Amino acid sequence: MNLLAPIGRVFLTFLAQTGRLVLFMLSALLNCVRPPIYWQLIGQQMLRIGYFSLPVVGLTAFFTGGALALQIYVGGNRFGAESVVPNIVVLGITRELGPVIAGLMVAGRVAAAIAAEIGTMRVTEQIDALTTLSTNPMKYLVVPRLVAAVVTLPLLVLVADAIGVFGGYVISTSSLGFNGAVYIKNTMDFVTDGDVRSGVIKVAVFGFIIALMGCYNGFHSRGGAQGVGAATTNAVVTSSILILAANYFLTSILFSR
Amino acid sequence: MAKVELRGVRKRFGPKVVLDGIDLSIAPGESLVVIGGSGTGKSVMIKCVLGILRPDEGEIFVDGKDVTKLHGDAHDTVLRKFGMLFQGAALFDSLPVWENVAFGLIQGRGMARKQAKDIATEKLAKVGLGPEVAALWPSELSGGMQKRVGLARAIAADPEIIFFDEPTTGLDPIMADVINDLIVSTVKDLGVTTLSITHDMASARKISARIAMIHKGRIVWEGPTADIDNSGNPFVDQFIHGRAQGPIQMEIRS
Repeated sequence: MNLLAPIGRVFLTFLAQTGRLVLFMLSALLNCVRPPIYWQLIGQQMLRIGYFSLPVVGLTAFFTGGALALQIYVGGNRFGAESVVPNIVVLGITRELGPVIAGLMVAGRVAAAIAAEIGTMRVTEQIDALTTLSTNPMKYLVVPRLVAAVVTLPLLVLVADAIGVFGGYVISTSSLGFNGAVYIKNTMDFVTDGDVRSGVIKVAVFGFIIALMGCYNGFHSRGGAQGVGAATTNAVVTSSILILAANYFLTSILFSR
Repeated sequence: MAKVELRGVRKRFGPKVVLDGIDLSIAPGESLVVIGGSGTGKSVMIKCVLGILRPDEGEIFVDGKDVTKLHGDAHDTVLRKFGMLFQGAALFDSLPVWENVAFGLIQGRGMARKQAKDIATEKLAKVGLGPEVAALWPSELSGGMQKRVGLARAIAADPEIIFFDEPTTGLDPIMADVINDLIVSTVKDLGVTTLSITHDMASARKISARIAMIHKGRIVWEGPTADIDNSGNPFVDQFIHGRAQGPIQMEIRS
């Protein structure tokens, strides 16, 4: 019996946490559609979450595209199909690697920043102060971040797609002996709207996960500097895991399109 | 009718009982100070009145309305009667000083920024801060200055009731007395009802007309400030003289 007790306790804690998260999410979604909406804060957050993530996402997309081209060349070479490099690069980037790389990089950058900022506001009573000043913290802090992440990540991933394909192009033309014009023509002929769309849909969901986990962990942090540190770590870890899990399920749903 | 009245308020966090049936009443225009050690439920009590926390049991009346049963807009209307000075000032560090002071006016009441800025400057002057402070950031200010800005923010929207959470904690004795004087003079100017919680006896004597002592989530004594030295209550005696021995034992866990 003593062996079962800790297992049960962990399970109950897990259920309680999940319940709290779902309630938090519903409350956040409800506040998204009820006025007042702080447009200026949404704009600010779009700048912070989307625009300032461009360098990180751009760089990682470039190198990923390059590495992808090399790997596909090696693989294709084994059965004499080196020419598929542009096709597979654009497919891999738009459908899978663009959204996942952008999601994970933004999770590391933004979920951590959101959790640290809101967590510090929590432990210094700034969130309570908002309430006493007739301002709903959900609307003032959570809604702008959620909306900004869901809107800007798809834009970010379009840029990442282009840079990723460009990374593959640079490596293929410089060291794998591809002709530049042929490479671009093959890429453009092969890629479909559906490929790009499935990546955009996935990354919008990732954006929601990132902002939600950042806000949730920040809101529920306690106990000073250590608590904020734990909230930041949890935000990055949980959002990364949820992104990869959601990626699988979304891919299996969007697979046929 | 009492301005604020708590009846049998109970609040627990898990197995830990924080408020164990609080009964307290504050008359209009009265200055009440609640004293008590750390972790006796003082802050939780204030947060219950403000609706930041919801009590498990009991009723809290503000101007005769039970705020524990109010939601949404009706609750917001009651909340507008309150101003609050937080322990660490709780200034928004993403906003300059004047926007901190004007926050409740701009975000809470939709006032134009220009007009709100004028009011903020005027309130800052009330707490002894010149217009040059208005453009600074909270992180550039000392602890005492942050408390002053916090006070200006608490009075910005002309509240009827002001709560002070440990107004002098973390300040040197001189700055603490400056803040006490400011509290006394603003309260006199505005004619507001105040509820303060503190464990600083010098501050409690100065800013209160009546004192109540909280211990283990209950009010164990209340009376006029003048009577505090001969209360005949062992809890109060131990607390005001700061003795380690007595009926109050140190709590190890918060």
